[in-house]
Amino acid sequence: MKAVDNSTLRVAFDAPAASGPALEIPLGPLTQHTYWQTVWLRLRRDPVTLACSSVLIAMVALALFAPWVGLDDPYTSNSANRLLPIGTSGHWLGTDELGRDMLARLIYGGRLSLMMGIVPVLTALAIGGTLGLIAGFTGGRVNMLIMRITDVFYAFPSILLAVAIAGSLGAGVTNALLAITIVFIPQVTRVTESVTTQIRAMDFVEAARASGADTFTIIRTHVLGNVLGPVLVFATVLVSVSIVISAGLSFIGLGASPPQAEWGLMLNTLRESIFLAPAISLLPGVMIFIASMCFNLISDGLRSAMDIRI
Amino acid sequence: MLYYILRRVLYTLPIALGVSLIVFVLVHLAPGDPLSAVMGEVDAKLLAEMRTAFGYDQPLYLQYFIWLKSVATGDFGYSLRSGAPVFPMLIAAAANTIAIGVLASLLSFTAGAAAGMVAGYNHGSRLDKIVSSVTIAGVSIPHYWLAIILVIAFSVQLGWLPAMGLGGAPTLFSLDALRHMVLPTLALAAIPCAIVARTTRACVMEILNMEFVEALRARGLSEQRILWHVTRNALPTVLAVMGLQFAHLLGGSILVETVFSWPGTGYLLNLSIFDRDMPVLQGTILLLAMFFVATNLVVDIMQSWADPRVSRA
Repeated sequence: MKAVDNSTLRVAFDAPAASGPALEIPLGPLTQHTYWQTVWLRLRRDPVTLACSSVLIAMVALALFAPWVGLDDPYTSNSANRLLPIGTSGHWLGTDELGRDMLARLIYGGRLSLMMGIVPVLTALAIGGTLGLIAGFTGGRVNMLIMRITDVFYAFPSILLAVAIAGSLGAGVTNALLAITIVFIPQVTRVTESVTTQIRAMDFVEAARASGADTFTIIRTHVLGNVLGPVLVFATVLVSVSIVISAGLSFIGLGASPPQAEWGLMLNTLRESIFLAPAISLLPGVMIFIASMCFNLISDGLRSAMDIRI
Repeated sequence: MLYYILRRVLYTLPIALGVSLIVFVLVHLAPGDPLSAVMGEVDAKLLAEMRTAFGYDQPLYLQYFIWLKSVATGDFGYSLRSGAPVFPMLIAAAANTIAIGVLASLLSFTAGAAAGMVAGYNHGSRLDKIVSSVTIAGVSIPHYWLAIILVIAFSVQLGWLPAMGLGGAPTLFSLDALRHMVLPTLALAAIPCAIVARTTRACVMEILNMEFVEALRARGLSEQRILWHVTRNALPTVLAVMGLQFAHLLGGSILVETVFSWPGTGYLLNLSIFDRDMPVLQGTILLLAMFFVATNLVVDIMQSWADPRVSRA
């Protein structure tokens, strides 16, 4: 046994172990809230979580509706307008090394970059979550088999494994997505398994079984509800990691390819312009940073909101 | 204790085997023949001869065992690009990566542990809030972007430090080499520093809430003595995190090394991917993964030494 919960420690960019102070929500003597209602109430009163959610919703909405908000075409280059500075009228965030409008490219870039942050986590949640539930609930040999295979994948640092898979499969968005998903599956499996194993040993599960509930019912009503919280917190951290790693893969040429608008790729192609236009060449990184940080802060918010059960 | 170490070592063997299998399978997932990818259009007869020479005509499982056997004896084969033996290339690259990795670890562990201690002790103070905000930024920052910021600030704008490679420095222990190491080290240190600070802070806060601290206070111990007790209790957790971060740092240095063209394992990995140089690719991934496995082993053993409860479980 380890004194540290490695499942959260081995994520490349940390699954924060800290839990902030729980918010004191005055509850009247007559108000009865379910656990999730309380969590929701606390989240709604947490200014940081609210601010981060708004930023992310704005980013996603802009990316989705990019063609209809009156932006320039992100692919039209104009050699006469290369590297215009920030604040140029008509190009509020300047232009890139091929004269394309930076604002348009940053907003359009959100489509690929955010998708590459979210899709691998959702897929890994579905696959890893199922594996973890099975391993945790069945125990015994099945658990051994699943968890030992997980251990082997755990023996790689996340970035190395992602680069190795993407590098072997060849460059491209699909391969990058696949690579990151494979990196995350064992991590989700581990978290789900450890929580499920804990829940399974609890008295109320025993009671449910004694009163004749079948396995499926126990998993659905007792296990899933309890596993959801920790897994959700973990998943939000993973999205933040995923955004940074997927942009990183594109940055070294293993993800998106020119002329696609993707933050990591833009950061790479703008590297040759750091002498002429340092501010513009840093802009794509600002987007990655903001998106990643918002997901991390929301995860912290979720964690403290879920800390105490009433 | 000895029994625990033995058990832990034995447990590592199947993991190491599994890792080697994954590395082998991964590299053979690559579409197309490794040789034709490197040699392009050549005579079919020559290609067949080369294939036999490199052993690519054998069935895959045999190739795995042959590879495993030679790797175990330190023979990583020859680069398909340059024909040079892979092992010396790996050692040279690893030395460069370990150099910045060790520096970054020392920097981030001291700074991170100190900041985490201070924040944890003064929980809720302004200082704690500053440390918390800086560290949340630290765990979210894309470190390759931070690397570019450092280049722009210290190389392009101020002109203080070199931005690329290792320069003409003959050894790693010269002033010139050190100057080249400053920026990659800083870029690598950011994430582990933030993680160590966050873990230390959480750990110290948790320990301060324990009853034994109250008991120590009641017995009239000085704050310094109490600090010592808290440190002693936080040590195993913090040590474990540091060890893992060091291993992550070496494995994940590819992005930062790419920005600085730092001639380490990450850069070698990058080159071999785009050159489709399979022996080098295989060797680099295997070396880094094995290093990670070994570090985990050492961390666990160190943890059981720092906290005897670990080995008794």
